[in-house]
Amino acid sequence: MATAHTTEAGSSRAVRRPGDVIFSGLSTGAAFLILAALAGVAIFLTIEGWPAVTASSGELGADNIVLHVWPLLFGTLLAAAIAMLIATPLAIGLALVISHYAPRRLAGPIGALIDLLAAVPSVVYGLWGIQYLAPKMLPVYQWLQDNLGFLPFFEGPATTGRTLLTASVVLAVMALPIITSISREVFAQTPVLHQEAALALGATRWEMIRLTVFPYGRSGVISAAMLGLGRALGETMAIAMVLSATGVISFNLISNQNPSTIAANIALKFPESTGVHVNVLIFSGLTLFVVTFLVNFAGRWIASRGQVKG
Amino acid sequence: MAKSIDVSDLNIYYGDFLAVEGVNMTIRARSVTAFIGPSGCGKSTFLRSLNRMHEVIPGARVEGKVVVDGQSLYGPDIDPVAVRREIGMVFQRPNPFPTMSIYENVLAGSRLNSKRIKKSEADDIVEKSLKGANLWNEVKDRLGKPGMGLSGGQQQRLCIARAIAVEPQVLLMDEPCSALDPISTSAIEDLIHELKSDYTIVIVTHNMQQAARVSDDTGFFNLKAVGEPGHLVEFNPTKKMFSNPDNESTEAYISGRFG
Repeated sequence: MATAHTTEAGSSRAVRRPGDVIFSGLSTGAAFLILAALAGVAIFLTIEGWPAVTASSGELGADNIVLHVWPLLFGTLLAAAIAMLIATPLAIGLALVISHYAPRRLAGPIGALIDLLAAVPSVVYGLWGIQYLAPKMLPVYQWLQDNLGFLPFFEGPATTGRTLLTASVVLAVMALPIITSISREVFAQTPVLHQEAALALGATRWEMIRLTVFPYGRSGVISAAMLGLGRALGETMAIAMVLSATGVISFNLISNQNPSTIAANIALKFPESTGVHVNVLIFSGLTLFVVTFLVNFAGRWIASRGQVKG
Repeated sequence: MAKSIDVSDLNIYYGDFLAVEGVNMTIRARSVTAFIGPSGCGKSTFLRSLNRMHEVIPGARVEGKVVVDGQSLYGPDIDPVAVRREIGMVFQRPNPFPTMSIYENVLAGSRLNSKRIKKSEADDIVEKSLKGANLWNEVKDRLGKPGMGLSGGQQQRLCIARAIAVEPQVLLMDEPCSALDPISTSAIEDLIHELKSDYTIVIVTHNMQQAARVSDDTGFFNLKAVGEPGHLVEFNPTKKMFSNPDNESTEAYISGRFG
């Protein structure tokens, strides 16, 4: 009896294979490395940004750091929000075409093309925005000013194409691939069983999509949009090149007076900054870091809450 | 409202592949017609061609004629969507819409067919359909709960309620009991008997006892040989099929000597 007990106790300890041990060690290490890197960035931003909080108003060019960063944050959020308004519906439409409408021979190439958009460097988007899109948009802005000028968004004066709206359009194009490809994956995973249930009831293809594909993919689309938003918030180069920024706070999207964004502002100002100005830039970077973090968390929370089972 | 179906010389293709060849039969109104046969012999494909559901698969097409009450299903100006509104379908695995309540599930088809329904009208449709599917007493106190919360057998009856809520001419059932336990199966079979008085029912089943229990006519499908298309071997009243079939292979299949 006693011997049986000891062998049982011995065998109850799981057999550990060296391969498993090494792999689990490696993956745990990788996970901690990510956390450490993230924490390192946060600590660096906080320490280096702190002097900006106590800086005098003379050094800041504003009464305090909040008044200094707020216009930049405003511009960042506004540009990203407009970009999302443009990109999300477009991306959902594209994803549906690829997953449900286009013949299979076409769907693959279209999807690949969209994914290719993500591989274009942001500098190229910047060049495209400033050289091609901005001049083409100017007549549109003039039309908007003449016909919809009573709306605060289109007050004008429309004298340049390098406006916040142009920047948002460029951002939208840049955020499009990620939203499209995630939405497409989610839509394509809608159970055939449910789609057939809708079709057998006499649903048209659009009704079938409304009845089964959208409810099933809702949370996935939301988290895709959040990822796209993350990209739009942090985008630097394209905005820095396209936007003719003056740092105002304004909802006027087509004038020559535009709010700047945090990332573009850092990129433009950093080379010529010294002393406390560097700290100010880093503090604005911390703000962006926190905002992006919050957006991502919100996206994950919504995605997990809206999970549809079955 | 029940209607008969005449099928003549029907060939069903997936792309270039001929899946079912040369089917001729007449499905009587207000009766239950069962299709039996080994897996892969095309009986489900044939069933789906009766409400054009097989067209969901790209490349699927048919040759030949399916005539429901004098009207050809595959006429040039016939919309498959309209066909499916007239000919409902119940699937192998219960598939209530996961995001909808029991109430909304039953109404899903009606909401498609006529956009606006009054609340009182909607209540009537839900009660009538659920009663028709023998589910009303079990769910009447939790109509707002998700349809996915029901047991498998209840879910299947919910799907039947959803199908009959739009008052179709014909009800197609593709192995409706294959995912259910014997008690739920018997509930569905009782239901089929009751529905027979109002609907033309066509059912595919792997269970020959079930075919014998519920159906008036039975069709036996088989492959001519491996790799050859499926075809209808014999179509006769169920009583004759199970006692004195015309075809030798039917007898062999039914008596379990081959499968």
